[in-house]
Amino acid sequence: MEWEVVIGLEIHVQLNTKSKIFSPAATAYGAEPNTQACAVSIALPGVLPVLNKEVVKKAAQFGLAVGADIAEQSIFDRKNYFYPDLPKGYQISQLDYPIVEHGSLEITLEDGSTKVIGITRAHLEEDAGKSLHEDFDGMTGIDLNRAGTPLIEIVSEPEMSSAKEAVAYMRKIHSIVQYLGISDGNMQEGSFRCDANVSVRPKGETKLGTRTELKNINSFRFVERAINYEVERQIDVIESGGRIVQETRLYDADDDSTRSMRSKEEANDYRYFPDPDLLPVKIDPAMLEELRNNMPEMPDVKQQRFIKDYGLNEEDAQQLTSSRDQAEFFEQVVTLQSLPAKLVANWVLGEFSAALNQHNVTFQACPVNAERLASLLLRIDDGTISAKSGKEVFQELWACEKSVDEIVEDKGLQQMSDTGELENIIEQIIEQSPQQVEQYRSGKDKVFGYFVGKVMKETKGKANPKQVNEILKLKLS
Amino acid sequence: MHKLTLSQQIQALSNKKISSEELTRHYLERIEQYDSQLNSFVSVTPELAIEAAKKADAESNSSALLKGVPIALKDIFCMDGTKTSCASKMLDNFIAPYDATVVTKLKQAGVVTLGKTNMDEFAMGSSSESSVHGSVKNPWDTLRVPGGSSGGSAAAVAARLAPASLGTDTGGSIRQPAALCGVTGLKPTYGRVSRYGMIAYASSLDQGGPFGVSAQDCAYLLQAIAGHDPKDSTSVDAPVSDYVGSLEQSVKGLRIGMPEEFFDPQLDEGIAQKISEACVVLKSMGCEIKPISLPNAKLAIAAYYVIAPAEASSNLSRYDGARYGYRCEAPKDLQDMYYRSRTEGFGEEVKRRIMIGTYALSAGYYDAYYVKAQKIRRLISEDYQQAFAEVDAVLSPTSPSTAFKINEKSDDPVTMYLSDIYTIGVNLAGLPGISLPIGLQQGLPVGMQLVSNYFTEDVLLRLGHQYQNNTQHHLNMPSAFES
Repeated sequence: MEWEVVIGLEIHVQLNTKSKIFSPAATAYGAEPNTQACAVSIALPGVLPVLNKEVVKKAAQFGLAVGADIAEQSIFDRKNYFYPDLPKGYQISQLDYPIVEHGSLEITLEDGSTKVIGITRAHLEEDAGKSLHEDFDGMTGIDLNRAGTPLIEIVSEPEMSSAKEAVAYMRKIHSIVQYLGISDGNMQEGSFRCDANVSVRPKGETKLGTRTELKNINSFRFVERAINYEVERQIDVIESGGRIVQETRLYDADDDSTRSMRSKEEANDYRYFPDPDLLPVKIDPAMLEELRNNMPEMPDVKQQRFIKDYGLNEEDAQQLTSSRDQAEFFEQVVTLQSLPAKLVANWVLGEFSAALNQHNVTFQACPVNAERLASLLLRIDDGTISAKSGKEVFQELWACEKSVDEIVEDKGLQQMSDTGELENIIEQIIEQSPQQVEQYRSGKDKVFGYFVGKVMKETKGKANPKQVNEILKLKLS
Repeated sequence: MHKLTLSQQIQALSNKKISSEELTRHYLERIEQYDSQLNSFVSVTPELAIEAAKKADAESNSSALLKGVPIALKDIFCMDGTKTSCASKMLDNFIAPYDATVVTKLKQAGVVTLGKTNMDEFAMGSSSESSVHGSVKNPWDTLRVPGGSSGGSAAAVAARLAPASLGTDTGGSIRQPAALCGVTGLKPTYGRVSRYGMIAYASSLDQGGPFGVSAQDCAYLLQAIAGHDPKDSTSVDAPVSDYVGSLEQSVKGLRIGMPEEFFDPQLDEGIAQKISEACVVLKSMGCEIKPISLPNAKLAIAAYYVIAPAEASSNLSRYDGARYGYRCEAPKDLQDMYYRSRTEGFGEEVKRRIMIGTYALSAGYYDAYYVKAQKIRRLISEDYQQAFAEVDAVLSPTSPSTAFKINEKSDDPVTMYLSDIYTIGVNLAGLPGISLPIGLQQGLPVGMQLVSNYFTEDVLLRLGHQYQNNTQHHLNMPSAFES
């Protein structure tokens, strides 16, 4: 039987405000446990939540970016359950009246086609703390630094039909929140997390199959793997005569599988009700208008502009704009020395990206800034050094503080620019290779490469390939 | 000195007829002497009090409103460095590390805090019998309850163990004990006084307010504690009236409505008689008395006992034994810690309300209980708004009976709940209400409640003050505590 896969994602995005959603405590990651836990964070008797207005702005910006409705009035509810990292015994969230509803975005599939995915809603809520099971013999430690960190939970329609689509959607959301500057999107630190609702049904069936929810998957790779595993598991169960149970499952990256966490019957009754400590969130139309007018250029628009303004192909433009930092870095380099866009794109996406990944640093923190990269590419572009030498210079640039020209000078990487000298060398080579000259002239074009190799060997690679080609052609004809 | 009202003491202090230290020591001695009979205090802080009094005396030039005046606080207000137990075993080890906003404001106003007063556990009750520290006794008859939940605050003022005090009112917890103890008590408009640092029972209903011998005393205290607080999102950013300065403004022509629903034949005859006498005085002051209707008033108790427990069930979830407060001995695992800490740490009434509230919010019951109760709440608010189109204040008894005997109703929660029949609707509507002593019936105080529109506490205080200018009931003192 042919099966159809139905996937919906719930993505939790930490908003990058300085203070928590309902208290002035700091939100910085990685502080000593409980040093960012104020009276509100630890839920002392008598304390009350006060909404951080920045959080509302950031959620509204997200709504605008995905063409959603921003509710004039949204309401905070209490989601009640007991857990040690939830100090109040309830999480403040939004149930019936979320701040953002009815949005959508477009994803690009591998074959270049596009698909629109609906965004059901995005609501504001507070994060919980963390339970620490290590370092406490037989006990559990509680760190409430994260308790009260603002989140938006973005819920998609169940409109993705493969793990690849789900990843494309997740990447798109990731790039949108980073473009907006509303989240650092750091997945290792848990600023961007995903739950996936997965079900399968026979192809052509309109009714949805029973779904399972895969919890807390914290990388693009794992989302793809977890969904693929779960789809296979569900098909196996059904094909061997079983039934899918509605349940929450945990993805285990170690053996690449999912396992049951709790069934629907064991699910909590959260006893949601409007939080009486907080007033409804009203959106000021003037604020919304200001946000609308100050929206940064979003990835789709930037991509089209890159194609139009820089003559880039679709693929390069899409890759460059997948992150705002990268796109901005590219544009900086291009404009600094009026360099050819294709050359810059190749370097930013190739050598430069590889180095960032290898050293695990960000654009802002990396040792080769836009000015230095631009001066390197200028030397390649003007023929001072070869592309190959450029890579060597780049490694040096990364490692030391010398300028491009200093490195080129120190290493003697300049290409020969004296055509007279090059001509002499080429004439000598032609003289020494009468057989090959004969072959070339009788129409064997391939022999041309032999001459180029010879010249390069003789010049120790410093000859400008373009010049070599031109002179060779002239002399051999 | 204790025969002076708070207002008179403020005068005496500012004229330097008495010193704050003298006054404070006098009350500390009275607490020492009498409170074993009443159990109205759960903790007394003499060192802090004397220190604050000395400071007030030293700052003779400051114009702080309540400089050097001793008062008592219900044990529900967090005060930095002092135990704040909410009369529960759950918080019996809890030393608050911060000041409630009203405490900050009182300190700024120069107040001297004598100690914390006893109450029903987590403010749930109408008799102050459910305290882990034991029942509070009514100074008029120590076999009887002082009302609740702010029974300690009311009893302490009635016995003049403090000239004034603060309590909280969620369904009548200031007004009902004020009535049963023969003192004046004001529940402000919801949002007039910050709830920050006031331990929550039912967040949409809770409101702190003053007890005093007179309406004037209450005006002084409200003046100090009212106002917007950025730490409480539900506190309202509306200007604070000059409560003290406007007490003498004319009340002539004010229209006072008597809801027919509250004056049915079942009303206790003695109480009805006292209300009639009070109405005569009000008329003599130039007020007009007329009948009105609050058609949905009878639904108030049912709605309240869904909404308040629902909020309480969530508000009290934080008491889980994990971070502070009571934790059971040697829990086996997490569930055991939750289960036993809460079973052992909470009293019966608190557990009853947590269960009612949990049930009312459960999947499948939410619409039938919580949503319906909220609809009733709106109807009750609308009833009052219609009434205020015709009258300036609504008059009723504060409580259907005078103080009842200790243990008389403690096994019958529903009868106990009914004792708040006149007060509860006011909380549901978020309106201000005052209870004024209007005389004794068989030696026990009777209270009259006046309710007015949002943020018109000044009207209630003015009516109360001028009524008290024409009567002596508020000056009645239980004879056992007179000397």
